[in-house]
Amino acid sequence: MGKTIIEKIISNHTRENVAPRRIVWMDLDIRSARDFGGPNVVKNFEREYSGEKVNDPFRTCFTFDLVVPAKNIPYANNQQICRKFAEGQRIKVYDVDRGIGSHILLEKGLCIPGSTVVGTDSHLNILGAVEALGQGMGDQDITFAFKTGKTWFEVPETIKINIKGTFSYPVTAKDLTLAVLKKLGASGALGKAIEFYGEAIENLSLAERITLCSMATEMGAICAVIPPNKAILDYCKQRSENREIEPIFADSDAEYRQFMEIDINGLQPQISVPPRPDNIRDVSEIKEVKIDFAFLGSCTNGRFEDFEVAAEILKGKKVASGVMMSAVPATREVYGELLEKGLLKIFFDAGVIVSNPGCGGCASGHIGMTGKGEVQISTGNRNFPGKQGAGFTYLASPATVAASAVYGEIVSPE
Amino acid sequence: MKERVIVGKVWVITNEKSELINDIDTDQIFHNAHLAVTDINLMGQYAFGNLKGWEDFSQKAEKGDMIVAGKNFGCGSSRQQAVDCFISLGISLLICGSFGAIYKRNAINSGFPVISCSVTNSYIRENKVNTGDILEVNLETGKIFDRTTNQEIGGGKPFSKVQMDIYQAGNLFKYGSEI
Repeated sequence: MGKTIIEKIISNHTRENVAPRRIVWMDLDIRSARDFGGPNVVKNFEREYSGEKVNDPFRTCFTFDLVVPAKNIPYANNQQICRKFAEGQRIKVYDVDRGIGSHILLEKGLCIPGSTVVGTDSHLNILGAVEALGQGMGDQDITFAFKTGKTWFEVPETIKINIKGTFSYPVTAKDLTLAVLKKLGASGALGKAIEFYGEAIENLSLAERITLCSMATEMGAICAVIPPNKAILDYCKQRSENREIEPIFADSDAEYRQFMEIDINGLQPQISVPPRPDNIRDVSEIKEVKIDFAFLGSCTNGRFEDFEVAAEILKGKKVASGVMMSAVPATREVYGELLEKGLLKIFFDAGVIVSNPGCGGCASGHIGMTGKGEVQISTGNRNFPGKQGAGFTYLASPATVAASAVYGEIVSPE
Repeated sequence: MKERVIVGKVWVITNEKSELINDIDTDQIFHNAHLAVTDINLMGQYAFGNLKGWEDFSQKAEKGDMIVAGKNFGCGSSRQQAVDCFISLGISLLICGSFGAIYKRNAINSGFPVISCSVTNSYIRENKVNTGDILEVNLETGKIFDRTTNQEIGGGKPFSKVQMDIYQAGNLFKYGSEI
């Protein structure tokens, strides 16, 4: 019987028989922890494995991205706990200057097609953008992974989704993602893996694949993977300094739980209306909703290309009076490119607050929370009550967010 | 050797319309206001402290009691306290329609018994299972029997081998030292 992409990735990391719903012991290519969850991993490790070493320091790392730099003593202490542990174990720390951990793993070529990765980030499944299996887990799992290099894992069934049609500006990958989420709902892919296919999918850039795969979590999925095209393979080869990379293709006789086709012809810009990510409408249906805050960034839309789209709209214009806008690039590398190519000036002149890279602005991290009654439009991936403060958060594309910031109310990019 | 059959008084987590509550997230189970609490003995008092209608749960629940709840229990962000607060209270078992993936892993790794079973609202209306009933649950077969109403509740998923192995060892770390 043929295998799906996820079944193949797992098979390459275990000696056990791989079939959906079987639980196997899986080898892990990368074992990571953030400043969130990391301190508990260290405490667990020192309690359970006192005086012992991690399984493989070259495959183990910390990525600080939630509260960067630390804004209060508890967070500062927690980061120090991780640094000291890392020093003793000779583990790499991507510190508070670097940005979102999942993006760092891609930029550094540590995560490549077919990799298995765990960490304390529930959006680690974003790595499906390069056809890798990434999973967020609790601190016990990560401690065990640090020590043994393995985790127990239930092989998920796979849903095959074919996207019919193509899109072009002002419709973007974020709108495609929201359209898929609308079709699936918050539990449409519960506990399953997703494989995406279609002409529009094949042409997606890395930044666009990151956007789509990042919201697998909101679809309830274990992860979503996209077979890499030449551009993705070239990126991964270059970043990993020419490691051996083999794309993985599902067998023609692979067995899927479900087939789905989503037609995106005529798709318009989409927006997720609070209080749930899957409460999605056309932006054109939202009339006269004034905004107080606009946010550009997050692991979903924090790449240079996302900022480039927003900069095009903001160029020569200003954020509306009474509206605050912040922008948080995913990584220091993205920040550097914004600086080099003059985009920081565009944002600055438009009145945007540009912050250092990280998860802030999305996960109650170091940048901005909403107050009671405050209305925010964000390029993030979650808008549950209390997620970013006491206000209301709408989720949309960088283009929609930038356009809305200029007009002071929710508008479509046209 | 840990018990493979657990017996206890059950709390069926329903809303004001007597319907099972779905999508109970980790923040409703254990409010983020108490995240600084690290002593497991102090966590029990906060269990369900942020779940509308169940804020006084920790005062009512007794050691050995079980919980039945709806789908997607423990969704939202990962926090070990959302599992530990129930261990702290001495809750013996969670029976839910389904669990958030990370929550389920955290429970299994702690050796805390959790079973998936689609208890539907009709079971409650038909008095097949209600708060206060004594349930007998076989972790190996997934069989759930309500001794009070003398009825079997179908659809319980048995423990997986890994779940049972970790449960018998005590937790993931103790299990790891044995393999």
